[in-house]
Amino acid sequence: MSTDRIEKRIELKAPVSRVWRALTDYREFGEWFRVKLDGPFVAGQVSRGHITYPGYEHIQWYAVVRKMEPERLFSFIWPHPKSLEKTDTPKDYSREPTTLVEFRLAKTANGTLLVVTESGFDKLPEDRRLEAFRNNEGGWTEQMKNIKAYVSQKATSA
Amino acid sequence: MTAKRRSPEGVFAALGDTTRLSLVRKLSRGQPQSIAHLTAGSRLTRQAITKHLRVLERAGIVRSVRAGRESRFEFDPEPIVSLREYLEHVSEQWDQALARLTAFVEH
Repeated sequence: MSTDRIEKRIELKAPVSRVWRALTDYREFGEWFRVKLDGPFVAGQVSRGHITYPGYEHIQWYAVVRKMEPERLFSFIWPHPKSLEKTDTPKDYSREPTTLVEFRLAKTANGTLLVVTESGFDKLPEDRRLEAFRNNEGGWTEQMKNIKAYVSQKATSA
Repeated sequence: MTAKRRSPEGVFAALGDTTRLSLVRKLSRGQPQSIAHLTAGSRLTRQAITKHLRVLERAGIVRSVRAGRESRFEFDPEPIVSLREYLEHVSEQWDQALARLTAFVEH
């Protein structure tokens, strides 16, 4: 496993246009990512919001959108500050160490190939690794399983 | 304290040298070793080996322990292991988020 990046490749049985919308429409993104965003994603702009999972609403969502090349590439950077707890006044995270998240889409015979990478881990100091939705080790992992079960149940009953 | 500030970049930079990599390989067998021992069989001088050991020490990959009047060096796998564990954790969360995305677009 590389120590700088994580790469995931999945094939989705849905058209590229459908996947693009699920990734870049801020409401749809929030549905599966479990975050409530304040407004649409705009290239070059900050995206703010908060995590919606019960018990984690005090955690902010903060990202800076990089690229939005329709049906091809959506990317944003994630700052890794010491804390992502909500504050009364919006904080500036532009000087914090970051990782880069990229979603690349390509059409396949059966749908869409989605390649997700998160990179920049080699520049992340050790004390910034445990950020927001990553710092609840067992607890969060357990809750992720619950969500997964809920969503697949919803998908089969629909 | 320094452990918390260490960056993986420093770890990689420290490992990006054949002499240092071979020192880490020797030390990763477990036993703390003296500079004399680590210099033996190498074409480098004791001073050169010491300099390389200090680079590894600053990166947190090896640490020196006193044994009587001499310093010995031992391997510290913690920075490498903790980085790998963190990446596995992040990787697992991406798997779960993408499983939700799959359910979301396919149903």
